[in-house]
Amino acid sequence: MENKANDQGGSPFQGKGPGLSTGNVQILPAMQMSGSAFGPEDTRPLAAHDRPGYVLCRYVDHFIDTGAGPVPVVRREPDRGDRLSTIAVRCGIRRHRYMVSPGLYGIGTPDASSEVLVTANFKLTFDHLRSSLGSVSAWILVLDTRGVNVWCAAGKKTFSTRELVNRIQESFLEKVVAHKRVIVPQLGATGVSARQVEKLSGFRVVYGPVRACDIPVFLTSGRKADKAMRQVTFPLFERFVLTPVELHGALKMAGITALVLFVLSGIGPGIFSFHAAWERGLVSLAALVTGLISGAVLTPVLLPYIPSKKFAFKGIVMGGLCALLLVPMIFKGAGGMTGAAALVIFSIMVSSHLAMNFTGATPFTSPSGVEKEMKQSLPIHLAGVLVSAGLWVYSAF
Amino acid sequence: MKDFRYLEDVATLLLDEQKCIGCGLCTEVCPHAVFEMHENKARIVDFNACMECGACVGNCPVDAVSVSPGVG
Repeated sequence: MENKANDQGGSPFQGKGPGLSTGNVQILPAMQMSGSAFGPEDTRPLAAHDRPGYVLCRYVDHFIDTGAGPVPVVRREPDRGDRLSTIAVRCGIRRHRYMVSPGLYGIGTPDASSEVLVTANFKLTFDHLRSSLGSVSAWILVLDTRGVNVWCAAGKKTFSTRELVNRIQESFLEKVVAHKRVIVPQLGATGVSARQVEKLSGFRVVYGPVRACDIPVFLTSGRKADKAMRQVTFPLFERFVLTPVELHGALKMAGITALVLFVLSGIGPGIFSFHAAWERGLVSLAALVTGLISGAVLTPVLLPYIPSKKFAFKGIVMGGLCALLLVPMIFKGAGGMTGAAALVIFSIMVSSHLAMNFTGATPFTSPSGVEKEMKQSLPIHLAGVLVSAGLWVYSAF
Repeated sequence: MKDFRYLEDVATLLLDEQKCIGCGLCTEVCPHAVFEMHENKARIVDFNACMECGACVGNCPVDAVSVSPGVG
């Protein structure tokens, strides 16, 4: 879903119309009040900015005139719609199309001496930035990272030297600010070469702190970051907030697995029994769900407290603990020792596999290390699942 | 990060101290304080904290640092 903004200074408009040059269009100064999207003209202060095929974004408060034409100034506080969308996106819903138009925005009362804060066009990132700036006035240069956050986009080279240079030039930044600096979030450094950006655009890259909330202090201390501002951490809340997406990512596979479990559960002395498929299937589903929660939620949340550096092993430990709780509940339904053993092994394998998958969401695992882990663990997971499937079917006879 | 450690001796990080000109950019961009400046040259002080993000590689003006992270 492409949303090219061809305008000078970026476009706050979403729509399928052709790109318009704001420099050639007469735009009346916006009034100070905010209004709703529909209603009589006098209650819609930004009505002058209406354009066929475009809808003005709710987070735009007014427009400010600059040397490069009108630039939208955004609100600091996310509204209720933004907050609800944040939750939805954090659960994986429409996460891949949650964007703002790339280009130049302002916040507060920016002028020619205000800093330029570079960011990505993932709306979660954009909202987080604008709400973290306190009372700072600045320009916000949004890069087209196809709706991906700064660090991931930097890794995939969409938050890149080239994109930054292009965006600086397309927004005529040199006509907006008197200085020649852009502040790039430190985690963008993975995709940006400061030296190349200066060579190609004339703008010097200053790496800002890792966290947006540190920007106000960074700026007031003369663009200096202390050691803590430059280090990435992984506290409980940040681990927890990733778990809905881990579950969401596992849903499709879990659904297919559940179907397979029901089929396997029906196999028995009478070749196949729908009754058994349902009764035993439900019990095996409990083991699947236990493994899911153990690997996709509990392991991430309790990550630093679980022994071993290998995530797959952490998954086994957590899975084992959860299985202990599971066994008394399912023993009868599993039909005894063999059935229970089958489900315990299965649950632990699911937990271990999902825990290993979490390496992709952490800010401290190296791809080389993950490769090593996967080479070791994938055969074990596969073998474990096959053994447990065999035992499960056997336990019906 | 001191309290979050991953596997040891797997990182593919390499620093050529001969080429290093002591600009300090690697210490600025690294998210895990892998580098420190020592007598006007950069030095790896926490090899196992490296997550192969590549920020140091792209910003070193003399290509003194290399990393081969695979898929990323």
